[in-house]
Amino acid sequence: MEPYKKHESIAALMNRSNVDTDQIIPKQFLKKVERSGFGQHLFHDWRFNDDGSDNPEFELNKPAFKGAKILVAGDNFGCGSSREHAPWAIADYGFNTIISTSYADIFYNNCFKNGILAIKVDKAQLDKLMAEIAANEGVRFVVDLENQQVTTPGGNGFHFEIDPFRKGNLLSGLDDIGLTLKHVDKITEYEQQHKQNFPWLWA
Amino acid sequence: MQALEYAMKKTMYEKIWDSHLVVDAAGQAPLLYVDRHLMHEVTSPQAFEGLRLSGRKVRNPHSILATMDHCVPTKNRDLPIADPIAKKQIETMAENCRVNGLKLYDMTDPNNGVIHVVVPEHGFVHPGMVVVCGDSHTATHGAFGALAFGIGTSEVEHVMATQTLPQKKSKTMQVVVNGSLSKYASAKDIALAITGKIGTAGGTGYVIEYTGSAIRDLSMEGRMTLCNMAIEAGARAGLVAPDEKTYEYLKGREFAPSGQYWDQALAYWKSLPSDEGAEFDATVTLDAADIAPQVSWGTSPEQVVGVDGVVPAPDSFSDEIKRKACESALAYMGLTANTKITDIPVDLVFIGSCTNGRIEDFRIAADVAKGTQVAPGVTAIAVPGSYHVKKQAEQEGLDKIFIEAGWEWRDPGCSMCLAMNGDELTKGQRSASTSNRNFEGRQGKGGRTHLVSPAMAAAAAAAGHFVDIRKL
Repeated sequence: MEPYKKHESIAALMNRSNVDTDQIIPKQFLKKVERSGFGQHLFHDWRFNDDGSDNPEFELNKPAFKGAKILVAGDNFGCGSSREHAPWAIADYGFNTIISTSYADIFYNNCFKNGILAIKVDKAQLDKLMAEIAANEGVRFVVDLENQQVTTPGGNGFHFEIDPFRKGNLLSGLDDIGLTLKHVDKITEYEQQHKQNFPWLWA
Repeated sequence: MQALEYAMKKTMYEKIWDSHLVVDAAGQAPLLYVDRHLMHEVTSPQAFEGLRLSGRKVRNPHSILATMDHCVPTKNRDLPIADPIAKKQIETMAENCRVNGLKLYDMTDPNNGVIHVVVPEHGFVHPGMVVVCGDSHTATHGAFGALAFGIGTSEVEHVMATQTLPQKKSKTMQVVVNGSLSKYASAKDIALAITGKIGTAGGTGYVIEYTGSAIRDLSMEGRMTLCNMAIEAGARAGLVAPDEKTYEYLKGREFAPSGQYWDQALAYWKSLPSDEGAEFDATVTLDAADIAPQVSWGTSPEQVVGVDGVVPAPDSFSDEIKRKACESALAYMGLTANTKITDIPVDLVFIGSCTNGRIEDFRIAADVAKGTQVAPGVTAIAVPGSYHVKKQAEQEGLDKIFIEAGWEWRDPGCSMCLAMNGDELTKGQRSASTSNRNFEGRQGKGGRTHLVSPAMAAAAAAAGHFVDIRKL
């Protein structure tokens, strides 16, 4: 995983709530056995017309949002299916930051495993950010994870909260599994106890 | 002293959490031990690849049970899979299980079926376990009083390598359903009514425990249907306390404790239910008697209404976001506000899925389908959740009832629940479906899904539109 660095990027606006992972990456693209190449299918059913051409009505197809790394979206983003193909597609498309009021649990976890910073803000803050983008499409925000700070040219910057463990992993690009395996002795010890307490699970 | 006793009262979730905590170190997410790891072909290949690349091994192969369900065809199973990408995914699953020594019920195995239907059939999940799967409907197994939840593929790899998962402790929500369900309402209607009441984000951050007399009255199959859809209300997991029905269901199954271990396991299971007076962070109450058969009208499982209702108008929502969501759902669904639900026609009816693909579901549906004919222009497919369900149904003659009524009787798989295997709606087609999600495009691009119970689906197939089954 790439370490997450401070960056200034275009913030794209997706003013919809309850965006589900079936929309983020429709089922027909889940058959691949690799992790890469899902970005081309991101939001497929909204993004493309039936003939495969770009749907100009879809917000991410606006020229002003090309190259955006920050996605500002409505409540309960990423609900539904657990498919990690959703954050794979989001990251592969080029986003590394999402800002919303709330996320579905599994999706939220999946983001951090893939170098995506999912920032939670309150409704009033989200409304301000959405208004700033709507008034000035192509506007660039600065995201500074180290200092947990987002700044915007319109003065709608804010400090955000984040779990220190998730923050550390993003900043270092560290592998979760390696970190857990530091506790392998404790896991083995737990398993010994587990075998005594629940012998029928090991019979 | 009293305060101390009070503080020690635990919910079932807290009991399971505490007994599975391996490490709780400062500055790090708590590590939870995983007892059972379920797998299917769609969310696992990249995890095996990761394991291979890092030179790591599966820590406890016996904790894993795998099946093939998402991509598999539900007819002409003897022919090679036509879709080369699906074929590769199926082959990859078989190879990964072979190399790592994992138990797999492949497409031709008599135990094959949808993972969340197959696992309980073999007694693989018991009360008090922590169970994961790269699939959000893992919540199903909460019906046994196990903490069961969906994970992403990176986490699948994590569990394979370490048998643990870094987890944040959830809040607890008690959903109390008292009273008795009417004869025509089911666990599915309870699940949809709850989602309608609290919304798809209502359970976010929570583990739900379902309590109350209506929950006690549900069969194990019904409890599985209910817990299955905990995720549709945004919850991490759903739980039902184990009771005599649970023990009776498990006894004698392949992976259930037997002999000397049965009594030991039973004693443990009986210690699991939430302590009297344990505190929940939130409580929601419903009266079962008020729950009419539900029909979803929109593109989110919270957009539901009783069958005697009408399609709501955007203006009926005071919340701006809900109003907008209603507007876009009506446009996508091709519906007009204030249309009676019973006036909505259907093109396709699907009975099956990890929500409603168990024997009880087919019995109820067959009871409604018996002596009817599928309405002209309607296609109706019955897809058993497993080969065991299929066999059982055939022994009871249910297949004949469906076939005589003009239904297709298929082989098991996820099928039209997520339409990965070629069973799907075409643009503009409308379904009555016993599955769990009515998201845009879920059953095929441009397809329009209405979520219902098996009885409601069977009635819609015969009438060609939704029917208030209480009036049949």
